[in-house]
Amino acid sequence: MDSAARSAGAVRAGRRRDAAAVGLPLGALALMLAAIFTIRPAAFSYFGITLLFKLAVPLIFASLAQMLVIMLGDIDLSNGAFVGLISCVTALYLRDAPARALLIDAAAIAAYAGFGLLIHLRALPSIIVTLGMSFLWLGTAILLLPAPGGVAPDWLVGFMAWRPPLLPLPIWLALAAAGAGHFVLTRSSYGAVLRGAGAHPRAIARAGWSLPALRAATYAGAGLMATLAGVTLTGLTTSGDPNIAPGYTLLGVGAVILGGGAFTGGVVSPVGTVVGALTLSLAGALLSFLAVPPTWQPGAQGAILFLVLAGRVLIAEVTP
Amino acid sequence: MSLGRLRLAVPPWSYGFLAALALWAATTLHSGAGSAGGVLASALAFAAFTVLVGTGQMLVIASGPGNIDLSVPTVLTLASYVAMSVMAGRNALLVPGVLAALLVGAAAGALNYAAIAALRLPPIIATLAWSFVFESFAFDIGGQTRLKPPALLSDFAAARWGGVQIVPLAVMLVTLLAAVMLRRTIYGRHLLATGQSERAARLAGIAVGRVRLAAYMLCGATGALAGVLLAGFTGGASLNMGRSYLLSSIAVVVLGGTSVSGGQANAVGIWGAALFFNLMTTMLNSFGFQAGARFLLTGALIILIVAIVPRRRAA
Repeated sequence: MDSAARSAGAVRAGRRRDAAAVGLPLGALALMLAAIFTIRPAAFSYFGITLLFKLAVPLIFASLAQMLVIMLGDIDLSNGAFVGLISCVTALYLRDAPARALLIDAAAIAAYAGFGLLIHLRALPSIIVTLGMSFLWLGTAILLLPAPGGVAPDWLVGFMAWRPPLLPLPIWLALAAAGAGHFVLTRSSYGAVLRGAGAHPRAIARAGWSLPALRAATYAGAGLMATLAGVTLTGLTTSGDPNIAPGYTLLGVGAVILGGGAFTGGVVSPVGTVVGALTLSLAGALLSFLAVPPTWQPGAQGAILFLVLAGRVLIAEVTP
Repeated sequence: MSLGRLRLAVPPWSYGFLAALALWAATTLHSGAGSAGGVLASALAFAAFTVLVGTGQMLVIASGPGNIDLSVPTVLTLASYVAMSVMAGRNALLVPGVLAALLVGAAAGALNYAAIAALRLPPIIATLAWSFVFESFAFDIGGQTRLKPPALLSDFAAARWGGVQIVPLAVMLVTLLAAVMLRRTIYGRHLLATGQSERAARLAGIAVGRVRLAAYMLCGATGALAGVLLAGFTGGASLNMGRSYLLSSIAVVVLGGTSVSGGQANAVGIWGAALFFNLMTTMLNSFGFQAGARFLLTGALIILIVAIVPRRRAA
C-alpha cells in the first residue's frame, strides 16, 4: 500500500494546519506593531522594540511551561504562583549563595515533576491538584520572603539589559525559545512521543514507552520553563515578590490557545505559543498607544482575544 | 475489604463535613468552649457566599468536560455595582436592584455561552476573555469608589432570626433547591446526561446547547446574587470583592464531590468543602500561624483530600 505517500500527505496537512495556527497570531502581531509604529514612528527602533517587548520575555517562558502541561491534556493553575516563588528564591539567594538558589530551584522543579507523577498515577484532575500546588508555591514564597524585597544579582540585571547585535534581546530570546521548542517538540521524534503521550497515551504505552516517566519529565520541563520565567522576570524587576505574577497562569493559557493549541492533548505549537505570548504582552502597549482609557483596557484586551480567536473559526471554515 | 465497606458507609462528599467538624473541634479546644458558637456562626456566614457562587459553578462544571466559568468573580463584582447603583442607597429600590443584578448575571452567562458556541472556544478562554470585558464595565460604573448598600440590605445580610442567621439559611435553601433540581427535575437530568456524554444526550433528543446555556445563565445569576448579598454584608461593592471567589468556587465544587469531567454533581457537598476552608482559616489564625504557613497547609490539604477521596471512574 502507499502508506508512505499517505503519511507524507498527513505530514503535509499537519504542517499546513500548524502554519495556519501560527499565521493567525503572527498576523495579529504584525497588525498591532504596524498600528504602534504608525502612531509613534519613534518606536520603530532598536530601543523602542526593546521597550515594547521587554516584559514579554518572562511571559514567553511561562507560556511555554503552560504549553507543556496543556500538551499532556492537563492544565496548570499554579504556573503564576511558581514564577513568584522562583522570583523570591532568585532575589534572595542567587547573588550571595548561588549554589543554594540552584538547589532550591532544582528541588522546586523536582516537586513539579512529582506532582505531575501523582496526577498521572492517581488519575487526579490536574485543575484541582495544580490549584493546591499554587497555594504551596505561594506559601513557600511568603515564608521565604514575607514582603517584596531582595536583590537580583548584577549579572542577571546586566544580562536582561544587554544590547546584543542586530536584534534587541527580547527578539533574540523569543526566536531562541520558539526555535528550540519547534525542533524539540514539533520536529524531533521525541517530540512526537511527548505529544503522543497527551493525544494517544495508550498507543504510546503500547509502543513501549513509560507514561509515568514521560509525564514526569514533561512536568519537570514545565517547571524548568517556569523557573526561567521567574529568573528573567527578577532580572527585569530587580527584586523578588511572591505575588509578582499571578496573571501569568491565565495569560499563559491564552497564549497557548492563541498559538493554535487545544485542550484535547497533544495539539500544541511552540512557535504559536511564543507568538501568542508576544501578542498578548503587546496588546497592553498598543492600548496605551491608542489612548484607550485605563478603565477600558482590560475590556479591550478581552476583545482582542476574541477577535484573534474568531479569526481561527474563519480559517477553519475556509481550509478543509 | 473493610476499607471498602468503610468508604461505602462514609460517602466521599461528606469528607468535607467531617474535616470541618474536626477543625471546629480543634479550634474550640484551643480557644475554649465559649468560642464554639461564634466560630461556627462566622464560618457559616462566610461559607454561605462561597456556596452560592459554588452552586452555580457546579452546574457549569457538571454540564460536561472542560466547562468552567472563570468570569464568576467579575460577574459578581459587576452585578454588585449595578445593584448598588440602581438601589442608590434607598430601601425602596431594593427589589429593582436585586432584579437588575440577576438580569446582569444571567446576561453575562448567556454571553459566555454564546462565545463558547459561536466561536467554538474552550470555555476557559471564552469566560476569561469575557471576564476582562466585565471588569471594564464594573470599573466604568463604580471605579475605585465603594458603592454603599441601602440600610435594609445591610440589615438583611446580618439578620438573625431567633439566633439563626438568615443568609446562610437562605443559601441552604438554594442548595436544597439545586439538589432537588439535579435529582428530580427534567432539566437536572438533562444537565447530568449532557455532562456524561454530549453525543448520547444529543441522540436522545436533548437540546444540549440550551441545557448548557441555562447552566451558564444560572451560574451568572447565583454569582450576581452573591455579589448583592456580599455588598450588604461587607458594607459596599468594591472592585476586588470577587477576586477570591475564582479559585475557591472551583475548589469547593470539586472537593464537594462533583466530578471535574462533568455528568455528576453534588450540591450538598459544597457546604462541607466551604465550611472546611473557612474553619481552616479560622483555626490557623487562632493558632497564630503566619500567612505563608496558612497557604502551605491549605495547598497540602487540597491535594491530600483530592488524592484520597475515591472517585467514580468513567466506564
